[in-house]
Amino acid sequence: MDYAIEAEGLRKRFGDTQALDGVSLAARRGSVLGVLGPNGAGKTTAVRILATLIQADEGTSRINGIDVAREPGKVRETIGLTGQYASVDELLTGEQNLVMIGQLLNLSGKQARARAKELLAWFDLTDAAKRPAKTYSGGMRRRLDLAASLVGRPSVIFLDEPTTGLDPSKREDMWGVVRSLVHDGSTVLLTTQYLEEADALADEITVIDKGAVIAHDTPDGLKRVVGGQRLTVRPTDPTRLDDAEALISDLAGTRAERTDRGVVSVPVSGDEVLGDAVYRLNEAGIAVTELSLHLPSLDEVFFTLTGRTEAAAITQEVHA
Amino acid sequence: MSAALALPRHSLVLAKRNLIGVLRNPEALIDVTVQPMIFLALFTYIFGGAIAGGSQQDYLQFLLPGVLAQTVAFGAVAIGVNLNTDIEKGVFDRFRSLPISRSAPLIGAVLADIVRFTLLCVVTIGFGYILGFRAATGPLEVLAACGIVIAFALCLAWASVFIGTIARTPGAVQGIVFLIMFPLTFGTSTFVPVDTMPGWLQSFTDINPLTHLIGTLRALLLDQPMGNHLLWTFVSMAALLVIFVPLALRGYGRRA
Repeated sequence: MDYAIEAEGLRKRFGDTQALDGVSLAARRGSVLGVLGPNGAGKTTAVRILATLIQADEGTSRINGIDVAREPGKVRETIGLTGQYASVDELLTGEQNLVMIGQLLNLSGKQARARAKELLAWFDLTDAAKRPAKTYSGGMRRRLDLAASLVGRPSVIFLDEPTTGLDPSKREDMWGVVRSLVHDGSTVLLTTQYLEEADALADEITVIDKGAVIAHDTPDGLKRVVGGQRLTVRPTDPTRLDDAEALISDLAGTRAERTDRGVVSVPVSGDEVLGDAVYRLNEAGIAVTELSLHLPSLDEVFFTLTGRTEAAAITQEVHA
Repeated sequence: MSAALALPRHSLVLAKRNLIGVLRNPEALIDVTVQPMIFLALFTYIFGGAIAGGSQQDYLQFLLPGVLAQTVAFGAVAIGVNLNTDIEKGVFDRFRSLPISRSAPLIGAVLADIVRFTLLCVVTIGFGYILGFRAATGPLEVLAACGIVIAFALCLAWASVFIGTIARTPGAVQGIVFLIMFPLTFGTSTFVPVDTMPGWLQSFTDINPLTHLIGTLRALLLDQPMGNHLLWTFVSMAALLVIFVPLALRGYGRRA
């Protein structure tokens, strides 16, 4: 099998914290590997090791077959990294940031400016090209950061939570960029806290928690384990909860669960069930404040995989 | 392009980045422009009369080379603080993921400081002339003095760079470097001749590199005897490089 990214048994300790406790990852050339996990799971540590920023205590990793620990210089020639925090120089303009990276990659001044122009256009930053990056919005900074990591046309790209903190429309834009990178033959390792995002982009998903891999599968395989789409209903009048529960159990052909106070939820297959639910609830005279069809949240994935609910506490903190 | 030339070329690209930062943030130059002017005016007119027994003019002659050296020492704080900020903000993660030498961002930052310290020489000597300072030597000696000031500043910068790579926050860098620079700038002949100090203090001033830098500058600007000052200045510059360049590179390499 032709793997662009391979890591075996990575361990890394920071003081008292075992950030990685034997993580193995692999991504086929030209594919997207989604690394899913809550904050503090070790996603960023794994990316930093693979991108040569820090060294693992134990374990080996190879990028395009090159050992990361032995030949970091060679690895750096083939990778692009977009960190969790947009690492652009705020005092430089968008264009100056990209030209600088180009010159550091040994492009001539002219070549570097041409490449910068191309990337600025692709990421819709041409109008802002001459403005210092500190005047950019969060989404613009992310785009500039991603553009900076693509100056050298890397064949392996690490995207560490590229959409965290972006609003939904910008998130879709970012997904489009990832798809076009893969279309052009790059291999992408993407970390995320959203199953939805991993499902939308990844060919395979590795779930990590507390520095260890707890699942590895295709998105479909993972959804078979953790459950596919769920229909969730929250009646406006809490006394109608029993009625709502009976109704959606009947609709889905399986027993609904009370997943939260005043909420019932049931696994369903197919989108058409949403229309039926609206019709049946209306017919029964049950007003709802929430009616949704969604993939399991990270909390639910972790609950299914580990039987623990700590992930819920952690992610709530992050979103707060 | 040849690999041997890659490091200087990358360093220059990164030095340019630092200079653009300085131009966008001119207040970052206060420490090498306004500060030496304040020290010159303050010490000449407020303390000068008392220290020099009446002649502020004589005191200005004595003071100016000392203020040059003092500003070099305090001006070194900025590079460590900026570097630490860059590391903290993740800008250096980008550089570290590029196929360039790990020393290039540090060398680039030090090279950019040439501009700051050239400005320091121009402003301090220029303002000194307005107040009445006159070099007792020719233009070549004055240029040589500026050259020594800048060269010494670039060597001292590596100590600040080292602190910048190991300290946790930019504020901590500032605190630590100031703490080191205070005894160095006051425990020397910046403001008063060292022979007015007690013997135990003179044994410190004798080994203080700034004493020899100031001695060298007074020799070049005031036509005083050079003695061993130039030799010891070169020795301390070499020592700063030998000690702090490897430490800074190691600190930068280890910074997670």
